[in-house]
Amino acid sequence: MTTTRPAPPAAPEERVPAKPNHQRARRTFGFHLLAGGLSVLWLLPIVLVITTSVRSFSDIASNGLGALPHSFDLSSFGEAWGVGGGGHAMLNSFIVTIPTVLLSLLLASAAAFALSRFQIPFRRTIILVMLSGNLLPPQILLVPVSKLSELLGIYDTLTALIIVQVGFGLGFYTFVLQGFMRSIPDEIQQAALIDGAGPITIFWRIILPMTRPALAALGALAFTWTFNDLLWSITVLRTETVMPVTPALLGLQGQYVSNWNVIAAGSVIAAVPTVAVFLRFQKHFISGLAIGAIK
Amino acid sequence: MAVLAAPVKRRRRAVRRVPPTLLLFVLVPVAVEGFWVFWPALQGFYLSLTNWDGVSAPTFVGLDNYAEMLSDDIFGTAALDTVIWIVLFGGLSAAGGLGLAMLLNRERKGVGFYRAALFTPVVFSLVATALIWQAIYQPDGVFNNVLGAIGLDSWKHSWLADPDTALYAVLVPALWRQLGYVMVLYLAGLKGIDPALYEAAKLDGATGWQQFRHVTWPQLRSVNSVVLSVIIIDSLRSFDVVWSMTKGGPYHSSELLSTYMYSTAFQSLRLGYASALAVVIFVLAFGVIVTYLVRAFREDQ
Repeated sequence: MTTTRPAPPAAPEERVPAKPNHQRARRTFGFHLLAGGLSVLWLLPIVLVITTSVRSFSDIASNGLGALPHSFDLSSFGEAWGVGGGGHAMLNSFIVTIPTVLLSLLLASAAAFALSRFQIPFRRTIILVMLSGNLLPPQILLVPVSKLSELLGIYDTLTALIIVQVGFGLGFYTFVLQGFMRSIPDEIQQAALIDGAGPITIFWRIILPMTRPALAALGALAFTWTFNDLLWSITVLRTETVMPVTPALLGLQGQYVSNWNVIAAGSVIAAVPTVAVFLRFQKHFISGLAIGAIK
Repeated sequence: MAVLAAPVKRRRRAVRRVPPTLLLFVLVPVAVEGFWVFWPALQGFYLSLTNWDGVSAPTFVGLDNYAEMLSDDIFGTAALDTVIWIVLFGGLSAAGGLGLAMLLNRERKGVGFYRAALFTPVVFSLVATALIWQAIYQPDGVFNNVLGAIGLDSWKHSWLADPDTALYAVLVPALWRQLGYVMVLYLAGLKGIDPALYEAAKLDGATGWQQFRHVTWPQLRSVNSVVLSVIIIDSLRSFDVVWSMTKGGPYHSSELLSTYMYSTAFQSLRLGYASALAVVIFVLAFGVIVTYLVRAFREDQ
């Protein structure tokens, strides 16, 4: 769970004899007290939701939601997964998220490749227009998009959700990928051209593999964003059985009003895939989030 | 001369004749985005000038929807709440994120754990976040229990059901989730500062505050503008957390423009008026988008 690189030896500081040892020790203690306290405070809600999810309903009802647990009961997970529809919603989420991530990255990297490696006319304008589409507040699109999907007969289907998600994300992914691809030296492409490779070969065999770090970062981000989405789902979907995890979680809340153990179990289940992606791609995930700052 | 000119000419022609497959590489994504983003956006502007229930044909009413906002109390509340939200959510997450980044910037024992702890909520969906905090805010939840334990029994109440506290009660989980993200942005920015600048400042006898004021802050300028854009766009978009905790209630006390727009469109089925509300959100975001794009454009050169 950590992002530390091995700490560099603090040699230069140790050579400065200005501060007495006990003062430095006190300062280190203060740092750990502050940072540790904040961390505990930050993790507390997560610990709380996990402990609530393993309490029994009668324990919560008789001792109160905020009391220490007096029971250990995993049945809430079965309830949230089965009767509450969590399992089905999870399947829907994967049916939406995986194609969305693959399609967005494929289309965005194709556009980024052409725009960054060739003299396409107006390329800078195209990139910025695409990016501006992603910066639009989605509210302006909600009504027209839901009507458009009705018109095309895909309203209330996962297909509609996939297409909308791909369309809305493309601008940002293209922008980031073209920035990354532009830093790849031109000689590599020239050499391939001389060897007689066509643009598709160069794209697929050379540039795309070299873009892997950026693709991993964006893939992890896109997975989390799509998986956690609420707004687009409740805009183009209506039937409960096609709802992905996030809107289903809201439904669960309506269904199990005061069964906090089931609601908590649902929240834990809903978080598992994104936490797994985060743990697996941690380095890329964080560098992806930081892309905006470094650019 | 002719010999010299030949390669130049050939190169220019190669440049101009982009292979047709490459045009497809660009055209397909642009068409997808155009059809699902830009075309609907244009329709959104048009619909804001109509009355529409979503079933019969929209009727053109000019600027009536915008005129209606002036006398719409809920719009007033939502607009005010949105401003409060931008200032508090934006201001606190920027200041807090910078503070956390400064605190956890130096590589030392345990710092990786602290960063990860503060960063973890970013991974959760806002809906899950909202549900976690809803449980905390319950009348018999942890928050009230803690207040009771430290002798503040009179402060106990149902935070989300009280119009005076609902908006701020929703703000806390939003901040809980956003702070770690802003911290990552600032950590990346701090990493990019040349340590030699601090060495020089120390040699000149600069205090910690002076180092921050004259080295750190100016060096973070570009990160600040990114953080600012991200935060304002995020605040205007903020929907999930409010919708899952209060749906804008009680009595619209935690209503944001985004939640009001959604309920007007999909619950009241007043699609024309909702589109006009969306245009207001767009106009507010537009300034930020333009500033952001101008920056991206400049750095692109």
